[in-house]
Amino acid sequence: MVSRKMNRDSKKSRGPVDAKLEGLAGRMVQLAAKGKDPAIDIPLRTLSNVNYNAKSRVIEMGSGVQNRSFFNFGQAKRFMQTMLVASKCKDLIDAKKSASIRQIYYMAKHTIKGTSEKTFNDQSESDPILEDLEVATNSLREELHVFADSKGALVGELQFADSGDFIDAAKLGSGGYAIPSIVEPNVIRFKKCKARFVLHVEKGTVWRRFVEDKFWQQHHCLITHGGGQPPRGVRRLLHRLHHELKLPVFVLLDNDPWGYYIHSVIKQGSINLAYESQRMAIPDAKFIGVSSFDYERFKLTDDVKLSLDESDVKRAKQILEYPWFAGKKPWEKEIKKMMSNGFKMEVEAMISKSLAFLTQDYLPHKLKNKSEWLD
Amino acid sequence: MKLSFEGVAKSPERRAAVVRPNRQRLKEPAIPSETQAASQSQAESVSAEVASGKRAPRATAESMAREQREISVSEFFAKNRHLLGFDNKRKALLTAVKEAVDNSLDACEEAHILPDLRIVIRQLDEDRFKITVRDNGPGIIKQQIPNIFGKLLYGSKFHRLRMSRGQQGIGISAAGMYGLLTTGRPIQITSRLPRKDEAHYYEIQIDTKKNKPEIVKDETVTVDWDHGTEVTIELVASYLKGRQSVDEYVFQTALANPHASIAYKSPVDPEVQFPRSVNQLPHIPAAIKPHPHGVELGTMIKMLDDTKSKHIGGFLQHEFSRVSPKVAAAVCKEGGVTNRTYVNALEGIAIEKIYKSLQKTKLMAPPTHCLAPIGAEQLLAGLTHGVKAEFFTATTRPPSVYRGNPFLIEVGLAYGGELGPDRHELEAESANGNGKSQESVQARLIRFANRVPLLYQQSACCMYKSVLDISWNNYGISQSRGALPSAPLLVLIHMASVWVPFTSESKEAIADYDEIRKETRLAIQECGRRLSLLLKRKKRTQAYSQRRDVFTRYIDEVVSATRSITRINKDEFRSDLLKLAKKFTRAADLTYDEHGQVIDADENGESKLEHTIVVDRNSSSAPEPAALFDVSNDRRPSRRAARRSA
Repeated sequence: MVSRKMNRDSKKSRGPVDAKLEGLAGRMVQLAAKGKDPAIDIPLRTLSNVNYNAKSRVIEMGSGVQNRSFFNFGQAKRFMQTMLVASKCKDLIDAKKSASIRQIYYMAKHTIKGTSEKTFNDQSESDPILEDLEVATNSLREELHVFADSKGALVGELQFADSGDFIDAAKLGSGGYAIPSIVEPNVIRFKKCKARFVLHVEKGTVWRRFVEDKFWQQHHCLITHGGGQPPRGVRRLLHRLHHELKLPVFVLLDNDPWGYYIHSVIKQGSINLAYESQRMAIPDAKFIGVSSFDYERFKLTDDVKLSLDESDVKRAKQILEYPWFAGKKPWEKEIKKMMSNGFKMEVEAMISKSLAFLTQDYLPHKLKNKSEWLD
Repeated sequence: MKLSFEGVAKSPERRAAVVRPNRQRLKEPAIPSETQAASQSQAESVSAEVASGKRAPRATAESMAREQREISVSEFFAKNRHLLGFDNKRKALLTAVKEAVDNSLDACEEAHILPDLRIVIRQLDEDRFKITVRDNGPGIIKQQIPNIFGKLLYGSKFHRLRMSRGQQGIGISAAGMYGLLTTGRPIQITSRLPRKDEAHYYEIQIDTKKNKPEIVKDETVTVDWDHGTEVTIELVASYLKGRQSVDEYVFQTALANPHASIAYKSPVDPEVQFPRSVNQLPHIPAAIKPHPHGVELGTMIKMLDDTKSKHIGGFLQHEFSRVSPKVAAAVCKEGGVTNRTYVNALEGIAIEKIYKSLQKTKLMAPPTHCLAPIGAEQLLAGLTHGVKAEFFTATTRPPSVYRGNPFLIEVGLAYGGELGPDRHELEAESANGNGKSQESVQARLIRFANRVPLLYQQSACCMYKSVLDISWNNYGISQSRGALPSAPLLVLIHMASVWVPFTSESKEAIADYDEIRKETRLAIQECGRRLSLLLKRKKRTQAYSQRRDVFTRYIDEVVSATRSITRINKDEFRSDLLKLAKKFTRAADLTYDEHGQVIDADENGESKLEHTIVVDRNSSSAPEPAALFDVSNDRRPSRRAARRSA
């Protein structure tokens, strides 16, 4: 099992998860017997309940909890759903199987007897409940025998074992290695690494460009992508590569507020999963592009411009106010520049110069010029 | 128009006597349309000779005089029957029934008899009907029958200022005249006086030229009923159902006269009984003298002509209400005369001066014992008997005055229950996909003046305007601009007055006086506040029982989920949760008594609503719609309330 430093006040023992689930269910029965409203305390996963730890440079979860009780009309359904998901996780643990979050959704979904109401209408209802359960029982998703859908890929000069199978990430053709949801040492064991750094790009299409142009061969690196906002498996793998293999991590993202936030998640951890920051965040990760200043630096044409809409500006302002951005001069300059530009740019826009520009000119330039990195 | 009636009414005998074949100069200025028509036709014949369109009044005074003659009031109304409510066949049926019923109810009440009415309408032919109305009143003495039924403007009600249904003495004889005109059949009257073995039977027709009754048949008969009067009229009419039907009129009459028992047989349906719901006669109003502020100069001049007082001071004191000797002296002084001045000595300008000073003087409001409200309790009794609603409330305003006439307004509200759309209809509609909500039902307004239903000209009526004035949204009822509120709601408004200001002689709509509008508004608002309180409580109870449903629905899910996580006593957990669900939704169990007060609740915030009845339509004890007009004493609110407080 994974060991992890506890960054929040933990009264609950870190014992086996099934015992914790049983304890949770038992408490509901006790409360009801005493004539009290059965309720679960769920640590809040909101901006108001996260702190930025300036020393460790990661986002940490605060002590705020939400009390989810059955006989609160607004919460009754969610309480019922939480108990249902918990029971399905218990079933998985007992059966020594694991299921995807989508499979959990189908396992827990059924029509309530005597009505036409469904326990769940959409997977978007069951996903947050799984996260609630993780924080409520202070356990990891994999401990609940649940994994997310795979998203993201890796390619480069790294050899490792995945569930006992030998894998050479340099010899996986054009598809690369699909990063699984669970990448803990009991699943993935690193063997040999010739790479000198990791380049994480935003999307699969950009990643393909780099693979096709054999960028990793020329620069001796690993290239990963997370299909937008990287899932936990990708972030955890990056974290392990950085901490265990001491590889620096460079991030190449679109020049828009969502790109900034992806960087922030990789670097400091996310608000939603603040409790996992310790084993996910990479405070030393560097943002190397695309910068708002690149339009002038590389003399790009109007063709790369995508106009900023209202929601972009709103999001940019929000990001500026996050404690982990606030007070960082270069970032302030970068974000304000984007707003004064009035446009955003995608990584792929660099191809407007030439197909090879991105891999032959842009990135080598960026890797050389440390002054253009954002921390 | 009113003045002309008065003139005619004063001495119908004399006027009728003056009818001579020709050359009689017209003294009656009241019928301008007729004279104009006459002179115009003459003018037309002349204009044939004169080429230009310019009028050439060549007629001499003598030639005109040849065409001029008096018109009998009967002739006038025979031609202008729309003025009396006989404009079309449908309305004729209603008006005839209405006049007979009004007379019957007035007669019974004046004789302090609880009215028992029987109304029968028989269809003889496609557009020929025979209506019979019988009451248990005091009967009519033989000699009076021809005058009452065979002469227009003959009656007891016109010359007094007193609250009654009929006002002019036109109604029933006009109905008889209409019958005669359309079918040639005379009006049939059977009347039996109390403690008499035999009844007299008359067939009477009106001589329209002379406004005089003609007795067709005069018999003595035996009848199987006790004292009372039975009137039968045969007439051309048409029977239709709907908001302006005889059915509706009878129903509304029963609502406003809960002390009356009415049996009604329409031409198509089986006989309906509207049982008496109050065993007490309404307060019999006293007649009053006119209040000076409600009198016009012309009326005062006429009063001066008729008075028995010799001196002006005595005249003022005796012919008006609220004029004390002191006030009379002050008025006379202001008017430049002394109170000893002879009435006969007064001339136009002097009278006008006295009139003006009378109007300027501050006077006490007119006495109000001349008003007989239905009463909130009685209104409730009528409403609960006649309408299957969920909530009833009623209020009676204190008397007020418009133009010197005392009046008062009463309002009753009924909400919910069967006033909403038919449940089956609702289900069918929602199955069709166009769900019709309760909101889409429009409220109904029913209007009464001195207990007489007003079925026509709703939108011209002051009462209707008052209902629109109310912001129903404040009471939790939706309303679109310029329309009646949209809710399963019945608004009943009654105006009681010694003189109801109708907009026209057909007595269909009440004129728009600020005072009347204001009083009506205040009364509706009072009822509205009670209704909104109920709606709020109902909403809360509903919300909580909905919550309980939700909790109960989820309990089994929670129990089985918990069971699969850990070993528990399933049944115990389940019953614990059910107990909790009940506890947390306690408000759903609050029950209200018929006054909207919470029964057996630990909350003290709920206050008792005055004159309000709440009926639980969902409980199995609620009576079936079929029992709509059954005399079931259990449903009588006064008794129930009494039992509860006992």
